[in-house]
Formats: sequence, C-alpha cells, structure tokens
Amino acid sequence: MLAGIRTRDLRKVYTTPPPLAAGGSFLGAHRKSNQPAREIVALDGLSLDVTGGEIFGLLGPNGAGKSTTVGILTTRVRPTNGQAWIGDYDVWAQQVEVKRLIGVVAQRPNLDFSLTAREILLYHGAYFGLDSRTRSTRAAELLDRFKLSDRADQMVRGFSGGMMQRLSIARAMMHDPQVLFLDEPSAGLDPQTRLLLWEIIRECNQSGKTILLTTHNMEEADALCQRLAIIDHGRNIALGTPAELKASVPGGFLLRVRFGADSPDLFERLKTLSGVREVRVQTDADGENGVDVYADRGGPLVSEIANLAAASSVELSDVHISEPSLENLFLLHTGRSLRE
Amino acid sequence: MNWKTFLALLARDAHVARRNFVPLLLQTFLQPMMFVFIFGRVMVSSGYMPAAYKSLLLPGIMAISMIFTGVWAVAMPLIAEFQFTHEIEDRLLAPIENHWLAIEKVVFGAVQAVVAGLAVIPAAWLLLRPGVELHLLSPLTFIGVTLLVALLSACGGLALGCSISQTQIGLMFSLVLTPMIFFGCTYYPWSALANFPILQKAVLINPLVYASEGLRGTLVPQFPHLPVLAVLLALVVFDSLLLALGLRQFRRKSVA
Repeated sequence: MLAGIRTRDLRKVYTTPPPLAAGGSFLGAHRKSNQPAREIVALDGLSLDVTGGEIFGLLGPNGAGKSTTVGILTTRVRPTNGQAWIGDYDVWAQQVEVKRLIGVVAQRPNLDFSLTAREILLYHGAYFGLDSRTRSTRAAELLDRFKLSDRADQMVRGFSGGMMQRLSIARAMMHDPQVLFLDEPSAGLDPQTRLLLWEIIRECNQSGKTILLTTHNMEEADALCQRLAIIDHGRNIALGTPAELKASVPGGFLLRVRFGADSPDLFERLKTLSGVREVRVQTDADGENGVDVYADRGGPLVSEIANLAAASSVELSDVHISEPSLENLFLLHTGRSLRE
Repeated sequence: MNWKTFLALLARDAHVARRNFVPLLLQTFLQPMMFVFIFGRVMVSSGYMPAAYKSLLLPGIMAISMIFTGVWAVAMPLIAEFQFTHEIEDRLLAPIENHWLAIEKVVFGAVQAVVAGLAVIPAAWLLLRPGVELHLLSPLTFIGVTLLVALLSACGGLALGCSISQTQIGLMFSLVLTPMIFFGCTYYPWSALANFPILQKAVLINPLVYASEGLRGTLVPQFPHLPVLAVLLALVVFDSLLLALGLRQFRRKSVA
C-alpha cells in the first residue's frame, strides 16, 4: 500500500527567546526573564489528507506555514497541538519508522560540506543501511540522472545553487523513500533546471511515490500538482485539484480596476454589468481606490467599465486583467496577492 | 537503536577527520608542544625550573591536549552545523533516535581525545628527554582515568556545542576554556595551591583538576596528587552531569 500523509488540527506556536541584551543568559541553558517570550503562530489548526501516490502541493505566500508543516511531518518541528501521520506511523511518537519512509529536500541547502558529491550520496545510503554495492550503483545512477557525474568527486563547497539543489534532491531519493518532501524545490533554479526537476518529480511519482511539495509559484503548483491546498496564516483556505480551484473563482476572470476617486455609487453600478459575478472594494497601500471585479469575461468588459466611469465623471487610472488562475483564487480568499 | 546507522555516522566522522588530518594535528599538538619545549626544556636547562618539573608537567599537558581535542572535536562542528551550515539536518533524518547522533559525537570526540592524549606521551618524551620519569604502577587505573578524561572532554564539548551561539565562540575560549586550563592544576599539582586555601577549595569545581591530578597520580605518582579513587569518582560524576546536560541541550537544538 502506498504511504499517505495525514494531519489533524496541527498547531505550532513558536516562542522566541529574549535577545541577549534583554536579559537572556550567556549559556542559554537557563533563561530567566520577566518579559514573556513573543509568540508567533505558524500553524493554526491545519488538517490535510494526502492520498498515497499523489503529488500534493502546499501553495501559499512566505510565512504561510508551509515549511513548518513540512518540518512537523519530517520530525524536525514539534507540533504545539495536533497530530500527524505518515502511512500508519505517528510522526512524533514513531520517529525512526517515519524517518525510514521519508526523503526530505529542505528549503535551504544543507549538504555535508566536508564530503564530495558522491560521498554525500554514499554516506546517506549508509545511514539507511544500504549495502555497499547498492550504495555505489544507486549513487552513480542518481549522479548521472541529475547531470552531476562530471563533478561527482569534487567537494560540494564550490557547487552552484542549482547543482546543490539537484544534489539535495538526489540525496533525498538515495534510500528510495515512499514519501518525498520538497520544500520550495525550484526556488533559485534557472528555467531549464526547473523543467528537469519537474520531469524528475513526475517520474518519481509515476514509480509510486507520494510527493508533497511547497511552493509560492502558481505556475509550478498548476503544472505539477494533482491536488493543492492553499494555505495562509497557518490555515487551509482552499483545497482541490488545480482545475477545481480555478473554477471555484466566481466567473474565473479577475479585473483589478483602479479609479482616480472613491465612488461607492459607481462600484454599485459595476455589479449590474453583464457577466460580473462579484465586486470587491479594495484600497491599496498607497491609498488608491479600486475594485476587484470577478467576471466570466475579461477584455470586453473594460470598455463597459470605462463608459460607466466616464458617466460618473470618475477617472479610470488602471486596469489589470487576469485569466482564470490560482492567483485569482488566492486574492479572492485573502484580498492579497501571493506575490506580496 | 540501529547499529548500522550508528556505525555509518561514526564512519562519516572518521572519514572527515582523516581528510583534515594535518590541520587537526597542528591544531591539537602545536600549542602544547611549544609549551613543553619552553617550560620543560628551555626553562629547565637554563636552571629557572628544577629538572623534576619535566615529569610534573607531562600529565598536565596530556590533560590539556585531551580536553582541548575533545571539546574542539565535538563543539565546533555542532556550533557550525546547527547554526550556520545546517549540515547536521541530513544526519538528524537518519533512521535512528536523535540522541544517538549526540552519543556518536561523544564517542568520536572521546576517541580523538584518547589518541591526542596518548600521542602526547611519546612526543613530550622526545622533546624533554632525558629526565622524564614515568612510573606506570597500575596500567588499568591509568586506562580508566584516560577514558574518563576523554569522555569528560567530549561530553563537555557536547554541552558547550549545543549551548553557545556562533558569536560566542571567542567567549567560550576566554571565559570557559582558558580559566579552566589555568585553574586546572595542569602546570602545577593541586597541593601547590596550599598557600591559597580559598582558591584551593574553589578550583575543585573545575573538572580539569581531576583530569590533571588523575593522570599525575597514575603516570608520575612520585609527586603529590589527589587520591586516585576520589579522582575517579569525581570524573564519573562530572562525565554524567555533562552528558545529561549535553543531551538535553542537543534535544532542544535538534527539534524546533
């Protein structure tokens, strides 16, 4: 049976210790301070069900709780509340069993700088108890597949970011894990390497692996993931296939319209235009007045909006049309752009 | 507990140590050997120090080398890997309980400390001869003391390496290691502090005192030294305390 991933009401609150200047102790072994530690809620009751054998994406802006979720699922972060399972194993209570099932690519490179690329794979295999022949065969295969063979016996210190990322993924696959976690796998990769990575992820999935990846890149989520959870502020705000999620945006198209002046009357009248499903008033950080218009058509609406604005003597200052996308969905739920 | 994983972790550390052998050698031996040369050779041959000082000095130098090597071997990689390079994350994901990784570090640090300690004897003997009088009356006791001192250094390294931040490495040397060495009865026997009764009591909280005095008691028993049994007991207590503290700190560091 393929190993899935489950979480129930995961909650994680980080408490940052007071800095040294604020009375933190030198050795950090005993912290005495009258100030309460500052609490940061990273996850606020996150429940997920990832079916065995699927590519599941966690999409959200920076700080949404994606890495914390991966941290908890990979035994590296202790949840404040809630539970998580990989296959049938409770992540916190059965760490060793869980560690055998998972391969992890962290967001920051964490390669062993004291070793060469090949040695990194060989020792990783040894930690998982692979015999020496299997280790060398697999290491050679992976180095070849990730186009690292010509640098295999060099120390990784001098590798480029893309090479390190490729090696990190090769290392995570070295012990043939059932579940692969990729935290922002394509961050900082050039387009060519990104495509190679997508191809490898799909291949890996076809051989029966469950893959959980995090990204703040909508194209990646759309192209790669069979199902997605969109998370923000540690909460799951939408869940489904990319197509379902995009279809859940009223109308599909989003027109972000900005006006020279605030006119509630005009905003009301926009709702009466044909094809308009929803109008949301937005005020930008720089104080500009505008509305987000969700509609089932894009371009053709612009002239009608312009006519309405002219009739109300309000200047139309900016229009941006988005085709049906996950970005629109994120905006609909949070009022913010994923890129912000 | 998973022996295959544990041995693979040890093999990785051994491989890295082999690769860095020459810098490791210089870092471990250069300073103690210069000390041996100046105090044991220059000062003695010029008559500022009695000839017997050569034999008195050797166990102290051995204790310093062992403590320094063990602390360095365990603490420095832990500080860098937890706080800066995150290299340790791959090993924290190895299929073994996290605390075994800490124990592996201690075992490896202790082995390095034993090697460093045993290497000091012939090296110092070569620099100092003639006139070094070692009397190894009870080899078993000597082995016991050496192992406990090696563990002391490695457990100390674990506790320090998981407790201080990268910016405090300089402080670790100036506030922890240097005072430990100077008040650790390394260059003089504990009995030499008799004229400073308060200091003589106070230094007993310094675990290095027991390392130097234990090695003195088993290598050069002709000099005054603390009773070996008391030394063994104190070393066991310090080893256990530092190991418990080190494991607790390691657990805190390894999980967010």
